Amino acid sequence: MGYFITVEKLDRVLKALSESYEIYGPKLFVRGGRFTDTDMIRYDKVASWEEMEWSKRSDYSFKEVLLPLRQTLFYFTEDRVKEADPERTKGALIFLRSCDLHAVKRLDAMYLRNGEADYYYSRLRKKVRFVLVGCQSAGESCFCVDMKTNVSEEYDIGLNIREGKLEVDCKWEEASALFDQNCSSKTEVAVDHVTETRTRVKIPENLSSAIAKASMWEEYSRRCIGCGRCNFVCPTCTCFTMQDMYFDENGKTGQRRRVAASCMVDGYTDVAGGGAYRRKKGDRMRFKVMHKVYDFKQREGFHMCVGCGRCDDICPEYISFSHVINRLEEGMKEVCGDE
Amino acid sequence: MNKVTNAYVPFCSEIKEVIRHTDIEYTFRMEYHGQVRPGQFFEVSMPKYGEAPISVSGIGEDTVDLTIRRVGKVTNEVFENYVGDHLFMRGPYGNGFEVEKLGGHELVIIAGGTGVSPVRGVINYFGEHSEKRDALTIITGFKSEKDILFKEDFKRWRDQMNVILTLDSGEETEEHKVGLVTKFIPELEVKDLDTAVAVVVGPPPMMRFSIMGLLDRGFKEENIWVSQERKMCCGLGKCGHCRIGDQYVCLDGPVFRYIQSKDMMD
Ligand code: SF4
Ligand code: SF4
Ligand code: FES
Repeated sequence: MGYFITVEKLDRVLKALSESYEIYGPKLFVRGGRFTDTDMIRYDKVASWEEMEWSKRSDYSFKEVLLPLRQTLFYFTEDRVKEADPERTKGALIFLRSCDLHAVKRLDAMYLRNGEADYYYSRLRKKVRFVLVGCQSAGESCFCVDMKTNVSEEYDIGLNIREGKLEVDCKWEEASALFDQNCSSKTEVAVDHVTETRTRVKIPENLSSAIAKASMWEEYSRRCIGCGRCNFVCPTCTCFTMQDMYFDENGKTGQRRRVAASCMVDGYTDVAGGGAYRRKKGDRMRFKVMHKVYDFKQREGFHMCVGCGRCDDICPEYISFSHVINRLEEGMKEVCGDE
Repeated sequence: MNKVTNAYVPFCSEIKEVIRHTDIEYTFRMEYHGQVRPGQFFEVSMPKYGEAPISVSGIGEDTVDLTIRRVGKVTNEVFENYVGDHLFMRGPYGNGFEVEKLGGHELVIIAGGTGVSPVRGVINYFGEHSEKRDALTIITGFKSEKDILFKEDFKRWRDQMNVILTLDSGEETEEHKVGLVTKFIPELEVKDLDTAVAVVVGPPPMMRFSIMGLLDRGFKEENIWVSQERKMCCGLGKCGHCRIGDQYVCLDGPVFRYIQSKDMMD
């Protein structure tokens, strides 16, 4: 059912929901951006609609709510292991855009299905509800339409931003009761979505691992500094590294945690004895790009990249991911000939 | 959501025996009750370092052998443990070798350095079960005399199969030849190249050149098996480090048919 609602009344609904749900949304952090004089929007706990920033796409995604950057798994002593308590015991209500709601499906694919379901992810994934915020226009670097992530149906609450009020579509009973109490006027609501973006991408149909031999990657060996920011902002990047922290000299008591990792950063592939793969940044770029628009799909049936454009905007070297995608066609021609 | 078990929590395993092979390589015989295959691996917690994937180099009644090389800071600490002490570990992970798929025909196993660990169980199996295979040849390479692993096994293996033990450098003796493993591939005696099976495990360049040698010798791509070593932080298909293309070495490997792995680009 759909509703018109004022911001004040939405806040009342949020207040009621906050009894059993932590609420997360994009927040503006002044001077926290890519360069020291720029601002940054990232996810944090919020209590009201006004705290959230919707004028621009957030620089970082919601993913840390489900995958903390650092997560303690357990504490150990010489012969005992004690599981860490969950970071959050309440449910979570996450406000996000369509691309990010599609990203949830990617995180689930990785953490609930690739192999056995992940214990720590499952724990935080329980009781999570999504509020989809409609998009009226696409950002400069967004390419959701080409990635087919511009429309989302799997939301609990859908929301359109209108002059002086909000439109709500609620598919979730617990919240419907609250909206019923707070809204007098009802209406049919379809969540806004964009149908075109300025940035376009085309993934060549004949794309294959043969692209590794294309010369295009050399440029990135020169330009990319391997900082990994493109991975940390990406709502679909999920890698982590295990890390032990010790509480004593002999290393027998401590905690084990997992920490977000980046395939662009040195050390990602290092094996005992000094071996490493993909030493060149260009190879790492190819590895990342191919996962996003090829390898993942081979396994899961849909692309990993949701076209949010965050990686384009965060790169300190101005490397554009969408531009890399668009060079793949030329690269395939180079390695396969023109046929 | 179904009940999800916590696969990250390790179990405590007693060190039953420590076998020293070289200055830097030791086999830890660890208490373990359960199914396990050669070529699978465990994530072993090293005090003061953290977890490292170690492949199973032997399987006993209630034990598994883990051959650990003391390189870098990764694997130093464990050597200060003694018999009766414990290590945390979890696993086994990966597919490992299925001996049923390797048997029935002529078999050649080529392994370099620590690459012998994951195939040691396979060699032992076909050594003891000569009825499960045709002629068996192993070509094992080590850097020098002092780097040879599993010296005791070689005595037994020499009676059971055709053994070529070679060192990168040094003097040739009764026991060993000198030269890279690839040197001995062209002269392999094979009766039926259509069915002969080969297994290759070792450092990446050694694997690459050995496979080239086998293909030149006439082995079929689909009859060559490899085991891949990669950084593996979780063993559970989650951390991403072991991925090559659309394959996860920890879930889909580490054992692959060459025909499948040849298009996997790191
Ligand atoms: S690869 Fe870039 S555009 Fe695609 S989902 Fe990740 S951050 Fe967004
Ligand atoms: S592409 Fe840009 S953001 Fe990503 S690692 Fe390279 S320099 Fe950093
Ligand atoms: S070892 Fe973590 S995904 Fe394979």
